[in-house]
Amino acid sequence: MSKYQIRKIINYFNLVAALFVTALGLFMLAWILSVLFSKGFQYINWAVFTQMTPPPGASGGLLNAIFGTLVITFFAVLIGTPVGIMAGTYLSEFGGNSRFSSTVRFVNDVLLSAPSIVVGVFVYTLIVEPQGHFSGWAGAIALAILVIPVVVRTTEDMLKLVPVQLREAAAALGAPRYTVTLSIVYKAALSGMITGVLLATARIMGETAPLLFTALNNQFWSSNMNQPIANMPVVIYQYALSPYEDWQNLAWAAALLITLSVLAMNILARYTLKGNGAR
Amino acid sequence: MMITAMTEDTQPNSRAIGLKMAGVLKESGERTGILDKIDSVRQIEKAKLKINDLSFYYGKFKALHNVTMQIPDKQVTAFIGPSGCGKSTLLRIFNRMYDLYPGQTASGEIMLDEQNILSSSVDVNMLRAKVGMVFQKPTPFPMSIYDNVAFGVRLYESLSRSELDERVEWALQRAALWTEVKDKLNQSGAALSGGQQQRLCIARGIAVKPEVLLLDEPTSALDPISTTKIEELVHELKSDFTIAIVTHNMQQAARVSDFTAFMYLGKLVEYDHTDVIFTNPGRKETEDYITGRFG
Repeated sequence: MSKYQIRKIINYFNLVAALFVTALGLFMLAWILSVLFSKGFQYINWAVFTQMTPPPGASGGLLNAIFGTLVITFFAVLIGTPVGIMAGTYLSEFGGNSRFSSTVRFVNDVLLSAPSIVVGVFVYTLIVEPQGHFSGWAGAIALAILVIPVVVRTTEDMLKLVPVQLREAAAALGAPRYTVTLSIVYKAALSGMITGVLLATARIMGETAPLLFTALNNQFWSSNMNQPIANMPVVIYQYALSPYEDWQNLAWAAALLITLSVLAMNILARYTLKGNGAR
Repeated sequence: MMITAMTEDTQPNSRAIGLKMAGVLKESGERTGILDKIDSVRQIEKAKLKINDLSFYYGKFKALHNVTMQIPDKQVTAFIGPSGCGKSTLLRIFNRMYDLYPGQTASGEIMLDEQNILSSSVDVNMLRAKVGMVFQKPTPFPMSIYDNVAFGVRLYESLSRSELDERVEWALQRAALWTEVKDKLNQSGAALSGGQQQRLCIARGIAVKPEVLLLDEPTSALDPISTTKIEELVHELKSDFTIAIVTHNMQQAARVSDFTAFMYLGKLVEYDHTDVIFTNPGRKETEDYITGRFG
């Protein structure tokens, strides 16, 4: 067999393998979505958005869990974004390729792929245990730790996309470095940076493990971040494992809702970035 | 061999010496081209920038070799030469652009009026406010046309709204862009055409009223009509500013400049009045380059 034929066979084999695994991935995604829709859609009704999580056997909704997730996510993003943006700015604009920034970059990548349950346990020992009780703040901090590496990474990448010439042009007018960064580079990379924050938001919205150890859950309405607070992922976790059928149904509804909001976040992020490209 | 043509006299005189120099060179067989031995040192009547024994290093690589020349006040000086000859590098030293990058160093002396701009005590940002620069690719900032022009002004002057309006209009008029943009000052600068963007960058550069304007291949990304406009502009602007322009286009250098410097392999090969360089160059390398035999 000639070398050419061997190459053709290898090429053919690789092509088929690549197509197969792509199809497999897409199939899994479609499967999950279709099951979620077929099981969850029927349980989404007005009560889901207006009533509290019920005791078994009673009717109820997810209002407290939806509210809790929104509040925890909001504070997690609020805490994580400034840290992430500042660190990303350092890496892109000031750190260069020094040993320190290479180390930071590496550690950030490790953090990016750290199992979220480890983050949960970490915040548990750091905040929950000394305080003696679970709390919404602990949950927000755990999620903020997940936000930071995503934002660091996207911020650095997006700032690096800003052409060097733009920085030089600003510097050539006598602009000091912080002015160049704040009023030129940030402005040019703004939509990319917002995209990063949106992606980070999407990432943490469905996180369960860190919240199990921190915010826990609350059956009742609570807006006190110092106390355990209800949230969608933990509600899904508890209700799906429960023996009560009405709880299981609510879990399906919650799973669909959280998936849709993550999907919406991702689409919004893509849209924001696309808007930037067109400009 | 070091050839030094010095004259404090008026142009015709120095031109005669330039011609004589060219003759001497041709006769003495210098056409074989031992480049590193020769510097063209020309005493300009009223010099804005006096460059003395300037060398430049990218890390350990020596990109400029002992350049000595004087750039005349309120005239246009063109830098020509093949790619990589160091002309852009030289231009970027005049506003210490290289300071942005660690590992790039310059030695020697550049006197801007009475100040050595290479001295570490120089406030680089103040220097750049005095020595403006326009780059090869148009670089409008991601903001409105008005804010683009006002950006540099706001850095160093606190003008009232009406004064700032006036300054923006003045700069845009000087850059021959006012009539095209006066009704859309709040639109994004990125929405303009390439040629308009480049004139916007020139307007932005002159709005801060610099003393020297550096143009680094300002028309290489532009169409012929925009190029003509920019060239006319350069001609107009020299009444107010000292202009140094790097160009790959020799016709452009011949059209817009009063003095021309030919650089090759990091050395200043020849520097003279533009008409001398283009009609009667003193060195074979210059002649070969401008007649298109290499580069």
